[in-house]
Amino acid sequence: MSEYLVDIQNLRLSFFTPAGEVKALNDVSIQMKQGDVLGIVGESGSGKSVTAYSLMGLVPEPGRILSGSIIFNGHRIHEMSEKELRQIRGNEISIIFQDPMTSLNPVFTIGNQIEEVILLHTDKNRKEARERAEELLSLVGINEPKKRLRQYPHELSGGMRQRVMIAIALACEPKLLIADEPTTALDVTIQAQILELMNELKEKIGMSIIMITHDLGVVASMCEKIAVMYAGKIVEYGTAEEIFYNPQHEYTKGLLLSIPKLTATEHEKLIPIEGTPVDMLMPPQGCPFAPRCQNTMKICLKEMPPYTDINEDHYSACWLLQKQAYMTMKDGVAR
Amino acid sequence: MTTLLEVKNLKKYFPAASNTLFNKRFLKAVDDVSFSIKKGETLGLVGESGCGKTTTGKTVIRLYEPTAGQIIYDGKDITKVNMLPYRRKMQIVFQDPYASLDPRMTVGDIVGEAIDIHNLAPSNAERKEKIITLLEHVGLNSEHANRFPHEFSGGQRQRIGIARALAVDPEFIVCDEPVSALDVSIQAQIINMFEELQEEMGLTYLFIAHDLSVVKHISNRIGVMYLGKLVELADSYELTFHSLHPYTKSLVSAIPVPDPKESRERQRIVLEGDVPSPLDPPSGCRFRTRCRYATKICAEEEPEFKEVRSGHFVACHHCCE
Ligand SMILES: Nc1ncnc2c1ncn2[C@@H]1O[C@H](COP(=O)(O)OP(=O)(O)OP(=O)(O)O)[C@@H](O)[C@H]1O
Ligand SMILES: Nc1ncnc2c1ncn2[C@@H]1O[C@H](COP(=O)(O)OP(=O)(O)OP(=O)(O)O)[C@@H](O)[C@H]1O
Ligand code: SF4
Ligand SMILES: [Mg+2]
Ligand SMILES: [Mg+2]
Repeated sequence: MSEYLVDIQNLRLSFFTPAGEVKALNDVSIQMKQGDVLGIVGESGSGKSVTAYSLMGLVPEPGRILSGSIIFNGHRIHEMSEKELRQIRGNEISIIFQDPMTSLNPVFTIGNQIEEVILLHTDKNRKEARERAEELLSLVGINEPKKRLRQYPHELSGGMRQRVMIAIALACEPKLLIADEPTTALDVTIQAQILELMNELKEKIGMSIIMITHDLGVVASMCEKIAVMYAGKIVEYGTAEEIFYNPQHEYTKGLLLSIPKLTATEHEKLIPIEGTPVDMLMPPQGCPFAPRCQNTMKICLKEMPPYTDINEDHYSACWLLQKQAYMTMKDGVAR
Repeated sequence: MTTLLEVKNLKKYFPAASNTLFNKRFLKAVDDVSFSIKKGETLGLVGESGCGKTTTGKTVIRLYEPTAGQIIYDGKDITKVNMLPYRRKMQIVFQDPYASLDPRMTVGDIVGEAIDIHNLAPSNAERKEKIITLLEHVGLNSEHANRFPHEFSGGQRQRIGIARALAVDPEFIVCDEPVSALDVSIQAQIINMFEELQEEMGLTYLFIAHDLSVVKHISNRIGVMYLGKLVELADSYELTFHSLHPYTKSLVSAIPVPDPKESRERQRIVLEGDVPSPLDPPSGCRFRTRCRYATKICAEEEPEFKEVRSGHFVACHHCCE
């Protein structure tokens, strides 16, 4: 068995829409070990959610996996039937979504919904399931869990509903929790509560987390590893320290320069990334970032850049890095 | 600098569904808020969802009729006047750049509409020229004039919305979450554009957003709202680094900073619980149900919004002890 909990290799996934083929994932590879917390950041439409869903064997219509493999906890997800996948979802792997209202069923009580999940995935009986549900609500910091179990989703605030979603996601002690923009719809003070909760749970349960967000602040405070996506490709991967203090891809660099910093003590003009996001129906040939890049070379417009290793745990796909690597190598030989 | 807009004890109540016929209930969306904005200045407004930011913005330009209070614009009381002459001077840019643009109109007509309403272009040729100048001003070009909103990305749509607001040569613009719906990489383009337009045209902004980092970047001063009340108002840096109100302090500390080391070192003040219902706000200080310093007086008396340092206003019984 692979040493990895998550091992996605060279995944290509397209949506065949009436308007044409959307190459949503273009050769995506991700490895995670048990206990890793990975952040996926990137522009809207860059493929963050599609990557995460594919890991659960969810490929929405009209999507097709074209090539590559997805291995989770030893399971070959891409080769499994829907029935087999259902065994894994909610059991070994759970997901929480951005909008907790749409993912909770409005006509059932909170208790009902948590217990259902427990009954479905464990051999606990009703009574034990109820006790476990209560335990889970306390675990996610909800006061008076007994009372809450009898309430309906609309009776809870947004922050509380998100806690319930987390409780449901944790019901079976999954090995991996996928959080898709779990705090985007929440206020900052509530976001802080949820992030703190997730940090605590990570310590307590030791589960792995994939945190999808466009908020660089959230990844900086939560994640050890970061994958930066642009137009269906992981353009840079590294530890949080490497990504924030030693970014290599022109998009990552641009992103970091374009956000205002709360802690800045004087007004620094933002340096935006010029241009517009990629039209995924008509992606440019070569490097998808080339049309917006300050340092585009001829080759960038023609060919997709390969990955360059920056160090053991940090790589990036940019032709500039290849050029640098080549120059150093040549220097080395000359010397 | 002279004061352009002054708001005194502004209230905006919305009628709310009531259980009995005689006991009419109100949702106090904005409840006794006072502030002023100088010419050429940007005042930021932050606070959590539902605290009354949009309502404040819409009421000061009288898209909503105020329930009580006074709005003074350029020295004149405009609380009750016919707004037509002021519509030109006071504009608004909305959060959702798609919903606020008519999908059946071309970009040229969207921008041109206000020019027509206010008769700002005597001839067709001049109208066209003005539209193109405006589009170029916001980083678009003449080619875009004949296209429809759905053909544009979010950032470009926001540019169209801004061009529309600029069409009437306004002095004052309420910017209601103008970058919240945009990708991070596009936000900076639009923020810079707001700054450049302000420098060139001497514009005054009321800049509303829930993202304090963005608001701090663009604003000279910032006001913090909580449940319909202004709880603190100060210079942007003063507010970020030396806030006095317990709510502001937790708000500032709760913002995840995009820096792993700093983030680890930061002390977060995590608030317990949620914002109470605006239909039934707590007595006294509205923040007291989540405040760790709350005492008896906080439940009994509403703290006064007062100037505790030069230019630094705060409403709290205990913040200056
Ligand atoms: N069901 C679908 N049908 C057609 N195209 C789709 C579908 N789902 C996703 N896509 C396309 O696949 C691409 C990747 O989408 P994805 O949802 O992964 O983006 P994302 O990075 O999660 O963006 P966001 O930050 O907006 O959530 C996008 O271009 C999107 O339009
Ligand atoms: N037209 C309206 N009729 C009735 N109630 C309203 C109306 N507009 C706003 N409200 C209520 O007034 C309060 C303040 O709303 P407002 O939209 O001003 O908040 P906000 O601070 O802009 O929030 P957000 O960050 O979500 O935009 C809320 O409780 C809201 O439900
Ligand atoms: S007045 Fe009292 S409850 Fe309100 S913020 Fe100050 S200390 Fe807290
Ligand atoms: Mg997504
Ligand atoms: Mg609003």
